Amino acid sequence: MSLLRFMTCGSVDDGKSTLIGRLLYEARTLPDDQLAALERHGMDFATLLDGLLAEREQGITIDVAYRYFATATRKFVVADAPGHEQYTRNMVTAASVVDAAVILVDARTGILPQTRRHTEIVALLGVRTVALAVNKLDLVGYSRTVFDAVAAEYSALAAALGITSVACIPVSALHGTNVVRRGAQTPWYDGPALLGWLESVAVPADDPAGPFRMVVQWVIRPAADFRGFAGRIVGGSVRPGDRVVVLPAGLPATVARIVAFDGDLDIAVEGQSVTVVLAEDLDVGRGAILAAASSACDVGSEFDARVIWMAAADLVPGRSYLAKIGARTVGVTGSDSLRCNEIGGTVVRFDAAVAYEPYPVNRDLGGFLIIDRLTNDTVGAGLLDRVRPANLRWQTLSVTKEMRAALGGHRGCVVWFTGLSGAGKSTVANLVEQRLNRTGHRTYLLDGDNVRHGLNRDLGFTDADRVENIRRVAEVAALMVDAGLIVLVSFISPFEAERALARSLVAAGEFCEVHVDTPLAVAEARDAKGLYARARRGELPHFTGIDSPYEVPANPELRLDTAVLAPSAAAAVVLDRLLAMGVVTFSGPRAEPRE
Amino acid sequence: MTLTQLDRLEAESIDILREAVAESERPVLLYSIGKDSSVLLHLARKAFHPAPVPFPLLHVDTTWKFREMISFRDRTAERLGVELIVHRNPECLALGINPFDHGSARHTDMWKTQGLRQALDKHRFDLAFGGARRDEERSRAKERVFSLRTAAHRWDPRSQRPELWRLYNTRKDPGESLRVFPLSNWTEIDVWQYIRRERIPVVPLYFAAARPVLRRDGMLIMVDDDRLRLRPGEEIRRATVRFRTLGCYPLTGAVPSTAASVAEIIEELRQVTTSERADRAIDHDQSGSMERKKHEGYF
Ligand SMILES: Nc1nc2c(ncn2[C@@H]2O[C@H](COP(=O)(O)OP(=O)(O)O)[C@@H](O)[C@H]2O)c(=O)[nH]1
Repeated sequence: MSLLRFMTCGSVDDGKSTLIGRLLYEARTLPDDQLAALERHGMDFATLLDGLLAEREQGITIDVAYRYFATATRKFVVADAPGHEQYTRNMVTAASVVDAAVILVDARTGILPQTRRHTEIVALLGVRTVALAVNKLDLVGYSRTVFDAVAAEYSALAAALGITSVACIPVSALHGTNVVRRGAQTPWYDGPALLGWLESVAVPADDPAGPFRMVVQWVIRPAADFRGFAGRIVGGSVRPGDRVVVLPAGLPATVARIVAFDGDLDIAVEGQSVTVVLAEDLDVGRGAILAAASSACDVGSEFDARVIWMAAADLVPGRSYLAKIGARTVGVTGSDSLRCNEIGGTVVRFDAAVAYEPYPVNRDLGGFLIIDRLTNDTVGAGLLDRVRPANLRWQTLSVTKEMRAALGGHRGCVVWFTGLSGAGKSTVANLVEQRLNRTGHRTYLLDGDNVRHGLNRDLGFTDADRVENIRRVAEVAALMVDAGLIVLVSFISPFEAERALARSLVAAGEFCEVHVDTPLAVAEARDAKGLYARARRGELPHFTGIDSPYEVPANPELRLDTAVLAPSAAAAVVLDRLLAMGVVTFSGPRAEPRE
Repeated sequence: MTLTQLDRLEAESIDILREAVAESERPVLLYSIGKDSSVLLHLARKAFHPAPVPFPLLHVDTTWKFREMISFRDRTAERLGVELIVHRNPECLALGINPFDHGSARHTDMWKTQGLRQALDKHRFDLAFGGARRDEERSRAKERVFSLRTAAHRWDPRSQRPELWRLYNTRKDPGESLRVFPLSNWTEIDVWQYIRRERIPVVPLYFAAARPVLRRDGMLIMVDDDRLRLRPGEEIRRATVRFRTLGCYPLTGAVPSTAASVAEIIEELRQVTTSERADRAIDHDQSGSMERKKHEGYF
């Protein structure tokens, strides 16, 4: 007996609940008590699929529901992703675990934009076997012309999306036509009823061709002389004696035994959970991939990928999330912003090399979860397409940072001023630069407002744009340090994560974080540029301190309390600090002139 | 070589067991002594073979289980050499909570729901395996395989994590815990077919035999000891019955049956069509009752 997992998709009111209910009812798989409940509800099949109390109370559906039924030849798991605003997320979830999909359309409306969307998602997640149930055919008089037109349009659409097996079936879920049995109302149709189709389509997982792949989940060590690698085979098959390679390390090995509870196995195939013992004494840990030596999978850390975003808060480009891929959890960033229920192409970077296969080749080695570090929620799902070639190499340059610094007479350094708008960052930074310039130091001042006129002209003030704004400035500052300059950066830079990024781009001792600490009330009272007044009137959305947060630096090199320090005194504190750090010198002919 | 559907279910469950153990600090198996627990324990032995099962069994006892369940439990732990923790809510012991004087809802809540919370807190378990299946009850159809519980052991159906592929997000904050259901995709008949294939021992109460029963509230209740008080007009008679699920004996209905072997049970299931939990008093307390229990931390 084989097992087919399939999903159903349709827009609200296409008759999905009625169809599944009808299928369960007519396949005689409903227990008596559920049948009685159905009769109480006037044979409204949709009521069969109710599940959660909250959902009944609010009339919304929260999740994917799983149903089970069997016929004489096959067992079925139906994943039903009910339609509402979270539909994309639920459909993606269901599609990730099924072999086939049944897509519903209403015969009266035909193919809608949603139908295309459903088909795209199903195809994206790798489902290649689809039935289109053209429902409510009773409402168009069981018209062959209507059906043929819908079927032709859909077949073309599905083929264009790479769906290899498509069947279009004329159905009336309400009357049971062509659901379990062929109906007399459609004598012109000679294909199978829906259930017949479900019983006969090929189950893709029944074909363990392809090279061997196994994810190591757990190392079994009952005693010092036994080390078994326990995991799931996600591709091909394996026998004792097979040559394999342990990835991502790339260590060659030989399979000595396949250990099972009832004795060793001669062969194990895709889908089995096994324990493999290697002939060599290798340090293999959880998360490693065992792959056929003759056809190993690639390893990489930067990929073109597609991401389905499932959280209310947008994906912030450059922000570090966690990725669960295979049996590993690694850090990951995406390069593009995505909203909830949006699917987009992006470049993902893992913070460690992973063994992978493109998602269309192997779902288990090409699909990954994206998890928020703070909330622990699953916020997205990713599909790896291809590794990005590591063709960006560092050109070795002959003149070094030290040589440039020697010529200038001092080291380079970033002095990072952070604080609320109007705190006095630019005033203090400006004074510091004046003094450094007068004493013969080579400097540059990157000012938030000025940079937004040029380099960052394309950025706004959303969280995502603020992250990118700081990233660019941090990179520019790091280049200038490399050139030997003392770089004064005067940016609100409200997020700790991005300030930490800026710090990470230069060497230790080359970063001086200065928190210009002015209470919001004081900064707002000054309001030199009139910005707070505008923000309060709602004219400047995402204004730091008003409707966008300022994360106070936890461990800055300096905290300047502008309530007690005049700007020139604050500048002197900064200069003292730079002196202490050994960045600047005020000696010899360039000694500081008297003020 | 193609895998049968039982092979696939087995592989999936073992995968879940290993993943859960790898990503938790102190896992435990909630052992209810029933057929699902027996299958789960068998799968755990397979998953970590040749090492011993890397977690203890926890039985939350109510003092009202069938006597045959308790002796089966102790024999099983002994035979397999697994650690067994038995927890009885001390408050219930002191108050003498029972289904007759306190009603089935309070009895179940205090002994099982509160008792389970106490035991999990006491041993600081951060992950508990349960034998629940999605085909048992409508609200279960939508529960995840890995289900997060708050520090107060509550379940929030509104904020479940999407579960894709075979990837499980096991992250949690200190104090939070996970309930993991490796048998989510099994049906009742799968369980019996697997018991037959693997020759897994189960409590003899599952097999038909002549037993002393009486009819109460539409159910056939087996008189397992002399604590069952007869109501006026009730009469104990012997009938050939078996149980489809096992729980507290005054709350668990027997079904008339002559199925005395696993093969006969499978044959009977192919014909009989009543959902399994229909014989459990606790599920009928209120509409949506299983779901309410889950919110409160039962299972
Ligand atoms: N005439 C007709 N009505 C149908 C058919 N299938 C479903 N309906 C009706 O369409 C409405 C929506 O059906 P339902 O199953 O709840 O749709 P869902 O939102 O896709 O689950 C209900 O009133 C059904 O009775 C059909 O084949 N013919």
